[in-house]
Amino acid sequence: MPQSMQLGDSKAAEIKAVSIGKTFGAFHALKNLSLDIGRGEFLTLLGPSGSGKTTFLMILAGFTAPTTGRLMMDGKDITDVPAEDRSYGMVFQGYALFPHLTVEQNIAFPLKVRGRFSAEIKRRVGEMVERVGLVGHERKLPAKLSGGQQQRVALARALVFEPAVLLLDEPFSALDKNLREMMQEEVKRLHQETGTTFVFVTHDQSEALALSSRVAIFNHGELLQVGRPQDVYERPDNRFVAEFLGEVNLLPLDAVKLDGDRAAGQFEDRTIILNKTTRLDGTSAVAAVRPEHMVITTQPATVDSNAITCRVEGATYFGASTKYHLRTSKGTSLAVSMPTAAIAPIAPQTDVWVSWPMNQGFLLPSGS
Amino acid sequence: MIGKSATSRKILLLAPLLLFLGLAYAVPFFGVVRWSFTLPEPGIGQYRAVFTDPLVQSVFIRTLRICLVVTAASLIAAYAIAYVWVRGNSLQRMLAEFCILVPFWISVLTRAFGWLAMLSNRGLINTWLQSAGIISEPLALARNELGVIIGMTHFLIPFAVFPIASAMRSIDERVLLAARGMGASRTRIFWTVFVPLTYGGLIGAALIVFVFALGFFVTPAILGGGRSVMVAELVYLRIFQSPDWGLGAAISVVLVVFIGVLLTLMRRFIKPAHLVG
Repeated sequence: MPQSMQLGDSKAAEIKAVSIGKTFGAFHALKNLSLDIGRGEFLTLLGPSGSGKTTFLMILAGFTAPTTGRLMMDGKDITDVPAEDRSYGMVFQGYALFPHLTVEQNIAFPLKVRGRFSAEIKRRVGEMVERVGLVGHERKLPAKLSGGQQQRVALARALVFEPAVLLLDEPFSALDKNLREMMQEEVKRLHQETGTTFVFVTHDQSEALALSSRVAIFNHGELLQVGRPQDVYERPDNRFVAEFLGEVNLLPLDAVKLDGDRAAGQFEDRTIILNKTTRLDGTSAVAAVRPEHMVITTQPATVDSNAITCRVEGATYFGASTKYHLRTSKGTSLAVSMPTAAIAPIAPQTDVWVSWPMNQGFLLPSGS
Repeated sequence: MIGKSATSRKILLLAPLLLFLGLAYAVPFFGVVRWSFTLPEPGIGQYRAVFTDPLVQSVFIRTLRICLVVTAASLIAAYAIAYVWVRGNSLQRMLAEFCILVPFWISVLTRAFGWLAMLSNRGLINTWLQSAGIISEPLALARNELGVIIGMTHFLIPFAVFPIASAMRSIDERVLLAARGMGASRTRIFWTVFVPLTYGGLIGAALIVFVFALGFFVTPAILGGGRSVMVAELVYLRIFQSPDWGLGAAISVVLVVFIGVLLTLMRRFIKPAHLVG
């Protein structure tokens, strides 16, 4: 891959969505959504299917008009600008390559639309083909390519005209695991090389965490939380975000008291101390702890940690890690994930201590 | 075992059709083939006549010319109708469907006479244009090749609509969205993406219309008024109005062989299922 190559003159755009709403008949696909997308950032829209993430992407692309709200790009109102005039790059689910055009012709299409000279088209298509590793396939029709190769054509076609924004709609959903990981690396590299603003839609949380500079989590047409992957994973605002991003143990707390930047509450007759979080009504809440943040020991843990007693019910071996299934004396079930090499296998029905550092758990409102 | 009995059951179900086609078409056709080689005397003299006789030649050339014009005109009209049918709003779709289906309920004879009432010297169009003072002498719209072309095109448009609409329906909407997203205008998308993706349907439609048109008899006989005889009418004239059965038979055989070749080509280009949409 040539290092000197620059897509250079493209200017990454900054997008501001203000109170965007979209209804289809009586169905509210998006509710009052406001979101700033920074210049050159890699923002992922994450949510289950039907959460509104794809609708929002289509509104960004200009294929769908919002029912309410405004969309600004670099300070200009683009709400009523049609898709063909926004001309963002877009990679569709299923790629949407032109089946009657060769790889080369597919990639050249947006340049031809822009009336570029044929010498320039030839040069840029050649650069792009090399950049995405499709040398030798230029004259093939899309049907003759593998899924990964079609994906590369779609990326090349979307980036060749140096768009200010690249939109990607679940581009990896049809690929198998290995290929998917390879393409993720590729997309990450293309983002760094081009410096363009990327907006990426997925329902795969690990993909979202691995790729993005920020993640926006959608559910039922609402934007629940936006933040850096570490922030949304380690400090989710609510239970949906906590559970959607990964497995989490939920311990109901009573008599919660706030003390400085810490919160303390009672879980099955033991005091649990956690980082304070913003929203709390009344004195009951839920302590949420990720399985990989907990450890199993045979002795009570140090003073900086929370510790509870549990009985081991079973274990699942995942290779690098092993997940233990445990239950407290009052019947709350827990999962703890530990590096397989870290402890000797534990037989079922053994009583153990489960502990975690006080700054690892987070407090969530009970109920929701 | 199971496969075998299922196959033989299918053949059994098809048997009535095969029997009917055999008795009603194959046996008489072999009779026609025999005539072509035996009347008035045994030999290939009639086939020599088909390829040398200036009258037969001129009819073949006229037939090909009419069929080509009719095919082109039908494709253009059918493309527009299919486009509205596939991509229009619900009202437009309903209208298009109506326009496609209604002609099937009216016999070819009625439609030919209907066109005669429109196109003849004292027909609706000429009367209106004369009373409006636009023309002084009636235009020659019927009883010539133009009348035949108009009548045949009208009849054949619906048959061209189905394969074209089927090709349009199979276009992935996202491909068109992708083109828009890259900044392409609607005109450009239509000509560089949409139309090329319907070439298969267009080829199928062209072959269907062309093959159908080759054998047209009623419409040219009525709207041509005996002045622009096509091949089918020539066969009719040879068999029923002259003693020259052998030549009529030879022309028929040549026509059937030509159509057979075209149908073989058609099978190569598109699957039969696509023709009915």
